[in-house]
Amino acid sequence: MIRNLVDYVDERLGVSPGARKLLRYIFPDHWSFLLGEIALYAFIVLVGTGVFMSLYYVPSDAEAVYRGAYEPLRGLTMTESYLSTVNLSLEVPAGLLMRQTHHWAANLMIIAIVLHLLRILLTGAFRKPREINYLVGVTLLALTVLEGFVGYSMPDDLFSGIGLVISYGVALSIPVFGADLAFLIWGAEYPGSSDFFPRLYIVHVLIVPAAIAGLIGMHMAMIMRQHHAQFPSKLATERNVVGYPMWPGYALKAGGLMFLTAAVLFLLGGLVQINPIWQWGPYEPYLASNGAQPDWYLGWLLGSLRLMPALEIQLGDLTLVPNAFWGGLVFPTITFMLMYAWPWIDRRWFGDRDKHDLLDSPRDNPRRTAIVISYFSWVLIIFIAGSIDRLYLSSTVPYEAQVWFLRIAVIVLPFVVYFATKRLCEELSAREPRPLRGWTGKVVRRTPAGGFETVELDEGVPAVDGANGRNGGPVVKEEAGAGEGARGS
Amino acid sequence: MSSPTEGASETHDREAGSKRGAENLVLLSLAAATLAAVAFGVLVIVLPDTQLLGLALGGSLALLGVAAVVAGQKIVPQEIAIEERTDFGERQPASEVVEMVRDAERGVSRRRLLVGAAGASGAALGAAALVPAVALGPKVGETIAQTPWSRGRRVVDSQDRPITADDVQVGAMLSGFPEGATRREFGASIVIVKVPPGELEISARMRADAPEGVLAFSKICPHAGCAVAIYRHPLYEPTTERPALVCPCHYSTFDVRRGGTLEFGPAGRDLPQLPLELNAARELVATGDFVGQIGPSYLGVRK
Ligand code: FES
Repeated sequence: MIRNLVDYVDERLGVSPGARKLLRYIFPDHWSFLLGEIALYAFIVLVGTGVFMSLYYVPSDAEAVYRGAYEPLRGLTMTESYLSTVNLSLEVPAGLLMRQTHHWAANLMIIAIVLHLLRILLTGAFRKPREINYLVGVTLLALTVLEGFVGYSMPDDLFSGIGLVISYGVALSIPVFGADLAFLIWGAEYPGSSDFFPRLYIVHVLIVPAAIAGLIGMHMAMIMRQHHAQFPSKLATERNVVGYPMWPGYALKAGGLMFLTAAVLFLLGGLVQINPIWQWGPYEPYLASNGAQPDWYLGWLLGSLRLMPALEIQLGDLTLVPNAFWGGLVFPTITFMLMYAWPWIDRRWFGDRDKHDLLDSPRDNPRRTAIVISYFSWVLIIFIAGSIDRLYLSSTVPYEAQVWFLRIAVIVLPFVVYFATKRLCEELSAREPRPLRGWTGKVVRRTPAGGFETVELDEGVPAVDGANGRNGGPVVKEEAGAGEGARGS
Repeated sequence: MSSPTEGASETHDREAGSKRGAENLVLLSLAAATLAAVAFGVLVIVLPDTQLLGLALGGSLALLGVAAVVAGQKIVPQEIAIEERTDFGERQPASEVVEMVRDAERGVSRRRLLVGAAGASGAALGAAALVPAVALGPKVGETIAQTPWSRGRRVVDSQDRPITADDVQVGAMLSGFPEGATRREFGASIVIVKVPPGELEISARMRADAPEGVLAFSKICPHAGCAVAIYRHPLYEPTTERPALVCPCHYSTFDVRRGGTLEFGPAGRDLPQLPLELNAARELVATGDFVGQIGPSYLGVRK
């Protein structure tokens, strides 16, 4: 049967050579390479559960009276958006399972992308030849956060309204055309015209997901073209790729991981409550609640708005640049610009323009590792500022003091983290058996031509510092370090 | 795709598959996965309980996942393969491409002009395609400054009952709306607090707008538009802060004794005050629109 099928397709489309290559595509094996895959599987779950929900959700601000099963809301006037989401949650069979799974999957997708990004940064996988794919990846992160925010805004419950009004305030704050832009998006002054929810809907179910799917396609096509990078090992060099072929073992395991990811998400969706919108109630512009929290991945934006001191550009009593612009737009722009620019900053900093298919171990490049961790700690503190109302509620420290403490921490902590991480890496690195560092004797190493040679090692050997490829050929270095081959892959 | 050997991998290590025990395990999980999937279908129809549904569907997927992983790990042949990488960016083919692209301009005399004209018309067309987007929203104009408040509008609560001066207690906060207007409108909602007149530290004009110390402010935070929903009223003043309205979003804090001036937080303007008076029935009535503009700041807004 397989024979007939393959013949049938091949006679018409001639795909066999491509298929053969695909089946033999080699995956180097390391647990951290699975983070990106998990993000992909979460996306698949999102599409599936999202299609289900789109059959019930009504994007409309038309008012209706709730007459459903949930007692506390009965008789209340609310928008169709909220009403349909409550009904989806409480009355449609499996509706709540799908909605909660969707929400969990969004959380998982973003956390997986962030950890994947961290892995890419720490191991130097963004270097030549992978810069283009890195840019695609960072864009995917931005789009996924945007998609999450729009999705979170659609039910029109109390919390989604609070998120939306802040984004309206941030849009207004853009110099020169902010007010026009906000009116363009909302169709009127906040809470917007009746076109607004249909716009959110089409952005959430078509425009952004189509862009995400397209970029995922590009991301994977580029990986296939370049092959995975790999950690150095006895076999792995800059010139080859070592690992499991796609078929059959790897495909089965990857498929298994997909099912397991989906299983965890559906179990969470069924067993662990998330965003019970019927408890929050419908949104009205005059309502807010203390302890209101957006989804965690927006916490860094909430935090930056909170930590920003009352700084505006004013001319007399005329406002030129409102405060929300700094925390709401300048900060996220800087955050992402730094991420986008990193491959070129790194290249400058280490003067390393070589092609790298072997990954660094984070400890081998203490300065890069330190700057990456320090950058993430910077975002993390601002993120924590987004949840200080929880702290405020559960402690007696007034929020003013907390805000001041965090303002100082935002400036000081990244430096502390930088030096601590650098030190830690250097120590870890020094403790490892390293034939090339302060060690004398004989080693057998491979020559660039492919043969072997015995080399006498003494002080004459150049000390290799983390930056790969700076001193002599990386091939030689990694092969000489074959004694540490157990590390890596 | 240049070299013939590209993509050819060699087997480094291979071991044949299939262990009886693993096969049994996979069979068992597949059977259980099937059962759980059927259970999910049945549950949707007879007992759509979210937790049971999650267990059934999640369980089925988990069993399927286990089966696939065990099969991939233990049953099929295991192999480690090595493949040489191809070098991209070889000078020869790349420069050929450049030549091919350049080929188009052979014999073309006014190349610059043509390319420039094509670029200009492309840009014009792109801009033209963007213009309809302008129709998405109305002009900002005056609409952003408008609120439903005007002279003589009574203040009502969320049940549409008029609020009287005696409803407002020192230390408590009330929400109010203009009688007969939709409450969803941005400029509609106000917060009402009472400060003993002797404690007010405001100008005579603001004082005139606050009969018996009853102050009304827009409930929309001038920072980014959240509802100013918290009233921090100290129980024992010597050790705590002054009474203030607090926005829960980014903690803009407005001192009520000073007429809603910003005391802490990121807002760029003070809370706009709504001028009030009392009618014969001691009900709160607006004597005009807000003093100052409500809502988040934008370029050109006046303090
Ligand atoms: S919206 Fe009130 S402080 Fe930001």
